[in-house]
Amino acid sequence: MNPTAAAIRAGITRGRIELRQTFTNFQDLWGYLFPTVALLVVMTLMRGSTIPGTEFSRGTMTLPSVLGVSVAFGSLINLAQILTIEREDGTLLRAKAVPGGMLGYLVGKIVMISGTVLVNVAIVLIPGAFLFDGLDLGDAGAWLTLLWVLVLGLVATMPIGAIIGSLFPNARNLGAVMLPIMGLVAISGIFYPITGFPAWLQWIAQVFPIYWLGLGMRSALLPDGMQAVEIGESWRYWETAGVLGVWAVIGLVVAPMVLRRMARRESGSSVAARREKALQRIA
Amino acid sequence: MSVGELSVPTPHAEPGAERALDVRDLRMRYGTVDVLRGVTFHAERGEVLALLGPNGAGKTTTIEILEGFRMRSAGEVSVLGSDPAKGDESWRARIGVVLQSWRDHSKWRVRELLQHLGTYYEPYGTPWDIDELVAAVGLTEHAHKKASRLSGGQRRRLDVAIGIVGRPRLLFLDEPTAGFDPHARREFHDLVHRLSDLDDTTILLTTHDLDEAEKLADRILVLAGGTIIADGSADALSRRMATEAEVRWSRDGERFVHPTRDATGFVRQLFAQYGEEIADLEVRRASLEDTYLALVRDFEAGDQEAAARSFEERNR
Repeated sequence: MNPTAAAIRAGITRGRIELRQTFTNFQDLWGYLFPTVALLVVMTLMRGSTIPGTEFSRGTMTLPSVLGVSVAFGSLINLAQILTIEREDGTLLRAKAVPGGMLGYLVGKIVMISGTVLVNVAIVLIPGAFLFDGLDLGDAGAWLTLLWVLVLGLVATMPIGAIIGSLFPNARNLGAVMLPIMGLVAISGIFYPITGFPAWLQWIAQVFPIYWLGLGMRSALLPDGMQAVEIGESWRYWETAGVLGVWAVIGLVVAPMVLRRMARRESGSSVAARREKALQRIA
Repeated sequence: MSVGELSVPTPHAEPGAERALDVRDLRMRYGTVDVLRGVTFHAERGEVLALLGPNGAGKTTTIEILEGFRMRSAGEVSVLGSDPAKGDESWRARIGVVLQSWRDHSKWRVRELLQHLGTYYEPYGTPWDIDELVAAVGLTEHAHKKASRLSGGQRRRLDVAIGIVGRPRLLFLDEPTAGFDPHARREFHDLVHRLSDLDDTTILLTTHDLDEAEKLADRILVLAGGTIIADGSADALSRRMATEAEVRWSRDGERFVHPTRDATGFVRQLFAQYGEEIADLEVRRASLEDTYLALVRDFEAGDQEAAARSFEERNR
């Protein structure tokens, strides 16, 4: 068999095994379920209030936006976190010691992250469909939009996660990126229509993929009337595809370079040094 | 002491088409610090080499350069006929690296992980049969345990299994038996013998256990201060250092012990003087540990010139 094909196949197997591992692990399951349950509770509490100027429930509007955020979080933050952890504990070095191992590792991560994001979307969407009225789920077009926004969103955010994960020396420092990302979530019109914010804040939000993921999900799942509270009173499909596409292209160009540079520096002694440091911290 | 007895094939003899490892004048500099100042050695196919040296002597740096995990500053390095800095994936498939593990792949089960890693080698050859491999490292009972549930020694055996799953031609072992109990150590030594004798695997190992080095290695390299200060069999090294041997005997029911640098001469004299009165004669050569400590002590005492001189003599 062709070595590259073999490595890709091994990577897909790897992703499948890791998905099974993460979904049979109590701690990991709790990590997926807790935020979902919390969000569902928050959204349920928001059911009663309506979007200003409409009769539409804020809970229903928030659900697709939250889906968008969970795609961004699930791929970007998770991948960054896994990369720093697995660099620290030597998983990456092992991959490097095996022929085609880095390719297999990367393919495995893509499969694993995509799988967990899909599950995350499902565990918000399925109970959400029963809890909230007004979601546009009966229509094939809605599912098609959901699908392309999801896929493009993954391709746009995963490389950013890979870059962040490669640049940060350890998982504990990742807190530094969590804060700005939380800030972005706050200004991206997830819990409140973005049109209520000052224009300069809207511009900042529109640079990053989180806003567009939220918008894309809303465009898929909300009735067309809800465009009224969006910027330009439109779902802006082209802009959504455009901005996410640009992030995807930049990411796919830059991430391999950063990943290669990071991988090149891995060696037994760099892992040993990090282990030493981590053990000192515990002691 | 005769230098001739020690002579091994000189590293500069011929470009090593046959050689598993050929390192010439390897240098490594971090900033302004020279970690390696001209390391030269080689390994023939199927040879087992032990690299000894004090902490910070550059052992790990040397191994990492050979593994292709670190770029060198200067020198010529050939590992299985390729420059490790430019080694491709098919080269990688012929190299086995036993890494010091920590907590990677903690959720993976032993057999599952080996099976998975084995598939990467399939395009290049026939990896080990996984059950056979699990048995060879003595983990059959634990084959379905998660890596995080293994004891330190079991985990280390898993590391070894990972290193050899692709049937490497050349295996790097960095302190392979740290944390092994005596039984596991013995089994590991058997495995190393099996790899080198039956499969003709070339092995380069580092260890702090000199007894282990003596048992496993055909040749011992001592790295200190960034150069190889000794290269030879354990036996040749102890003769070269002419460390003191201990002569014990009894005469008229009384026991004697005498340390000497010239055991043969001393015993000859002893017999000439007392003849048949001598009984229970024993001559104990210095152990590799004595030799090693003497070598490093001499070296660190600033006897670098002498060490270098005798190294050159040996290579003449």
